[in-house]
This record gives sequence, C-alpha cells and structure tokens, in this order.
Amino acid sequence: MRHRQTIALLALIGFFIALYLWLYKIGAIGVLKCGSGACEAVQTSRWADFLGAPVALYGVVGYAVLFLVALVGAQPAFATRRAPTVILAVLASSGLLFTLYLTYLELAVIHAICRWCVGSAVIITVIWVVSMSGLKTWGAGGVGVAQEDRLPVSLPPP
Amino acid sequence: MKPFYAVLGVVVVAGAGWLVWASRTTPAAPPATSGPVPVAADGFRGYVLGSDSAPVEVVEYADFQCPHCGEFAVLQLPTIRQQLIATGKLRWRLRDYPIGNFPWSRVSALAAHCAGEQGKFWPMADTLFLTQSQWGRSSRDPSGYFRDLARGLNLDRDKFDACLASARYAGRIEASHQEGEARGVTGTPTFFVNGRPWPDERNVSSDRFKQVVDSVIAARHKR
Repeated sequence: MRHRQTIALLALIGFFIALYLWLYKIGAIGVLKCGSGACEAVQTSRWADFLGAPVALYGVVGYAVLFLVALVGAQPAFATRRAPTVILAVLASSGLLFTLYLTYLELAVIHAICRWCVGSAVIITVIWVVSMSGLKTWGAGGVGVAQEDRLPVSLPPP
Repeated sequence: MKPFYAVLGVVVVAGAGWLVWASRTTPAAPPATSGPVPVAADGFRGYVLGSDSAPVEVVEYADFQCPHCGEFAVLQLPTIRQQLIATGKLRWRLRDYPIGNFPWSRVSALAAHCAGEQGKFWPMADTLFLTQSQWGRSSRDPSGYFRDLARGLNLDRDKFDACLASARYAGRIEASHQEGEARGVTGTPTFFVNGRPWPDERNVSSDRFKQVVDSVIAARHKR
C-alpha cells in the first residue's frame, strides 16, 4: 500500500511538470522558468516531438496513468491484489527507458539540459525504484500476497 | 489514508496554482492570424550562442535584410565566434529588429524562427545573411527561396511551410522589435554589452569586440 501511495504522490508531481512543459509547447505559457534558456532550446528542438506528438504530452499521459493506477491500487478493495503493483512496474520501466532516451538526446545531441526534464527524470527514476521495491515485496510474500495468490483451501472438518 | 489524501490535495492545489501563476506572469503569444500582426509579450529572449556561464553577454538587434547586419554576420561574427564565444568568454544573444523600410525583414525573421523550431536557427540565420544579396533585392516574396534554403538545411519542409504560412512567431518578432525600441534602438545592427550600449558605434570589428570583452573581463577580475 505504501509504495502505491508514494508512486501516486510522485506521479502527481511529475504530471504537473509535464503539464507545464506541454502548456509551453502548445503556446499557453509564453516562456519557461528555467534560468538558463536551455529549456527553451530543448523544447523548441526537433526532438521535442516524438511520433508526431509533443514529448511533454507523453509525460502528461504517462504520469496521469501512473497516478490513476497507483491511486486505485491504494484503495482498500485493491490492497490484496498484485496486479496494480505489476502494472506500475511495467509503466515505470517504460517511462524510465523513454526518459533515458530523452536524456541521451539532451546530453549528446541537443547539448542543452532542461531543468524541468531533469526533475521529471529524477521523479520517474524514483518511481521505478519504488515500483521495483513493491514488486520485490510482493514476490517475497509481502502484504496481500497470501489472500490473492493462494488458492482457496477448504480445510477438512476435524 | 487520510494524511495521504491531504498531501495529494496539497500537491494538486500547489500545482494548479503554480500553472496559473506561470501562465499569467509569462503570457503566451496570441495565435497567428491572417489579419494584423499580433503584438505579443511572449517572453522569448532571443536565440543564444555560447555558454550560460560566459562573463560577458552581447545582445545584437538585427534585421536579416539589413546589409550592415549581413556584412557583420559574414565578415566579423565568425571570428567572434571562434575567439570569444567558443572560448567561453562571450555569450551572444540575437534579437529581431525588423526595420520598416525593408520589405522582407519580417518574413526572413519568421524563416529563421521556423528553422529554430526544428533546432536549426543559427544555420538558417547564417544562411540568410550569407545569401542576403540573392533574396534581399528581389521584388517578389522570397518565401519560396527560404523553403529551398530549408530543404538545403535538411529541415522538415512540411513543418517549415506550415510554420511560415501561419506566421507562428510573428508575435515574438514584434515583441523583440518593441523591446529594441524601448532600449533606444533606431537602426541595425545595434549591440549591448552586458546591458550597456556598444561603446564605439563606428567600429564593430571582431578586434574591437575582443578588446571590449577582454576589458570587461579584466574589470571584473579587479573587483
């Protein structure tokens, strides 16, 4: 439960960062609060779009899905189910891989570091660590595993 | 569970408040229209060459169709880039200052910004200055020529065309022009060194830039 709550909280923060970058990308915000101008260089580069959509939009959607899955998984009714933990681990791993690709582009291709992107990268990395930790806990027979994974057993009458 | 939801609520309120504040303090450029050029204060501060940590910043107000700007960009700027910008002494910020009596000032600035959208502002700016005599004297709209330049720079032509046709960055360009007017710019190129007007209006050679930049750095070390 605790790891899902942590992921929900982090995903919500990540969601706002991605939303901020996306609002800039679509012109709703005039200039990024960046300090160095590097954010603008990154956000206006050709790599700020991926498969025809702004990279920030992937972040908005990705964090929103992470948040919703974690929030639902944190409900008492889902506390004993393993599925939310597995889904969170898969989502976090996908997000981390995408973030590694974007970080590579910043460092090796664009040669500019956007602080908000770094913030998002830190958040998705922490989410991934927490999700892996949650997965490990379940695998080791942690909270809730007993109820969900064991087959119902009818004890013979004494 | 209750403290968890309380923390989530705090994050939602803080995040939403922050976004509202950001959108109000840095209003966006109005969308491009086919009518009058929109006047914007989008906060864009110009394209920059050089290190963020360079001790000296030069702001240049330029017009891509202005012959003096072209001459400066072709003859002096390459040496300045090599001696001062590449060595981390100087950061160069280019601002648009389209002059009214040049017909293609704004469309050429738009072409540069549209290339910038695809990460190639400086290659396009260099090319515009280099080829200025070919498109600047034409009586016909040089947009087609700019599209050819975009193709030469391996830009996505469809995106470039759409950007140019929509005049997406007209607001930025106009805002830059107004900023220049507010700073007393009357012609191009006009330079500011760490916020102060260029000290020697008649001499804008690369050697003079080196002297000025070195003297600013030396003065900082003495303090």
